Amino acid sequence: MMEIRRTIKYDADRVKGFGKEIMNVAGCDQLPSCIQCGTCSGTCPLSIYMDFSPRQIMALVRADFKNEVLRSNTIWLCASCYGCTVECPRQIRITDIMYALKQRAIHERVYPRHMPIPILAKEFAKMVASKGRITETLLVMQLFLRANWRAVLGSWRLGLGLITTGRFVLKPERIARRAELASMLATVNGNRKTP
Amino acid sequence: MKYSYFPGCSLKGLGRAYEESLLPVMKLLGIDLVELDDWNCCGATAYMSVDEGEACVLAARNLAIAEKTGPQDLLTPCSACYLVLNKAKHNVEDFPQIREGVHRALRAANLSYRGTTAVRHPLDVLYHDVGVEAIRQKVVRPLTGLKVAPYYGCQVVRPYATFDEAWNPMTMDRILAALGAEVVHYPLKTKCCGASLTGTVPEAGLRLSYILLKEAVRRGADVIATICPLCQFNLDAYHDQIVKRWGPARIATVYFTQLMGLAFGLDPRQLGLHRNFVPMKPLAAQPSEIRNPKSETQPNLEKV
Repeated sequence: MMEIRRTIKYDADRVKGFGKEIMNVAGCDQLPSCIQCGTCSGTCPLSIYMDFSPRQIMALVRADFKNEVLRSNTIWLCASCYGCTVECPRQIRITDIMYALKQRAIHERVYPRHMPIPILAKEFAKMVASKGRITETLLVMQLFLRANWRAVLGSWRLGLGLITTGRFVLKPERIARRAELASMLATVNGNRKTP
Repeated sequence: MKYSYFPGCSLKGLGRAYEESLLPVMKLLGIDLVELDDWNCCGATAYMSVDEGEACVLAARNLAIAEKTGPQDLLTPCSACYLVLNKAKHNVEDFPQIREGVHRALRAANLSYRGTTAVRHPLDVLYHDVGVEAIRQKVVRPLTGLKVAPYYGCQVVRPYATFDEAWNPMTMDRILAALGAEVVHYPLKTKCCGASLTGTVPEAGLRLSYILLKEAVRRGADVIATICPLCQFNLDAYHDQIVKRWGPARIATVYFTQLMGLAFGLDPRQLGLHRNFVPMKPLAAQPSEIRNPKSETQPNLEKV
């Protein structure tokens, strides 16, 4: 049978209250004043790869289209260059809204499977929480194991180059007062600890 | 002049040439750097994507330690660290829910934070505290004839920097000019390099790096000067993969502190210049060196 997909959204697709929840996150409260000018999309160096442009994401969040927003590739393609945030004529912190959406997507596990970006974020957070510091080469190897081990083979030249230039560090970096850091993070009832 | 120093994880790893060049250059200029006691990772953009509350706690621990041990100006060379530490400062000031969480976490570690730590980038300190004139006076080996594309990247100048402009910063341009270099007009100076997307979504991330390299070549630059370990990594270490995808764009990317070190007469190896994938061509011999045959056997002679 021919597969067809509806190209417009219905009211029933909305998840009422989602927009409000995002606006309540610190730094996201200016979203209601968006005038849909598109300056964010024009400034964004990655909007040409996004399924929804940043301007569309602003409109979709405000209109409660939770599923569309959290499943979009837009939030993962945002590289945090803060161009949109600086340029927005209504002082909307668009980059911070993207962060709020990323946190939500990770929390609800709705990101695309094998998508390396959320996996990188989670592995990064795990390493910092336990060691206090990042050892970049170990983190990247960790990421390859979880996301795409074949990529290791494709990157052998890069790895070799890092070894010959003395930039490949295998000795894990860590802080001395790891217990202190752990006790601090334990006071935050955050996203990372919820399953 | 004395500052607390927050190296960040990159300067101990992939970006070690940044630290290797920053420390001797600062010392030559009479700046004392005291590495922050038991500093932890700033959290970078990745931790912020997972948990904002914890990310602010991570950053605040560093700010609180700086406040306790002093000096209160915290020198932060990495762009991501600079942004995140400044962002945490602003968040603690602006948002009660974050402020409460941070203070509760700090109390658990017998730390406190009043907000007096200033997070500052080396460009800021060099330009505003040291001054271009003092830098010029230290130059013994002017970079005459060297065409440099000044590349700032995004996170130092946006959105929290107060020492320079968001789209057309000039502090590095002026420092490079004081070294005798010819600063190339480079309109992409604050365009994103692709950040970690170079590894995770290469088609999009590497292309951003390619555009930066290609444009620097097109503008006639001999070398790109950067201030960020991730920008340096992307433009340098992925060079092979970029060329394979889109064609030639060969140009070396070095830290601006490495160029300062060269102009101050320091040894290229001491400045970490041997760590580049795409090596920088040695500086043209000066009149005084032409009589010395040794100068012809310098390393890194690879042609562009």
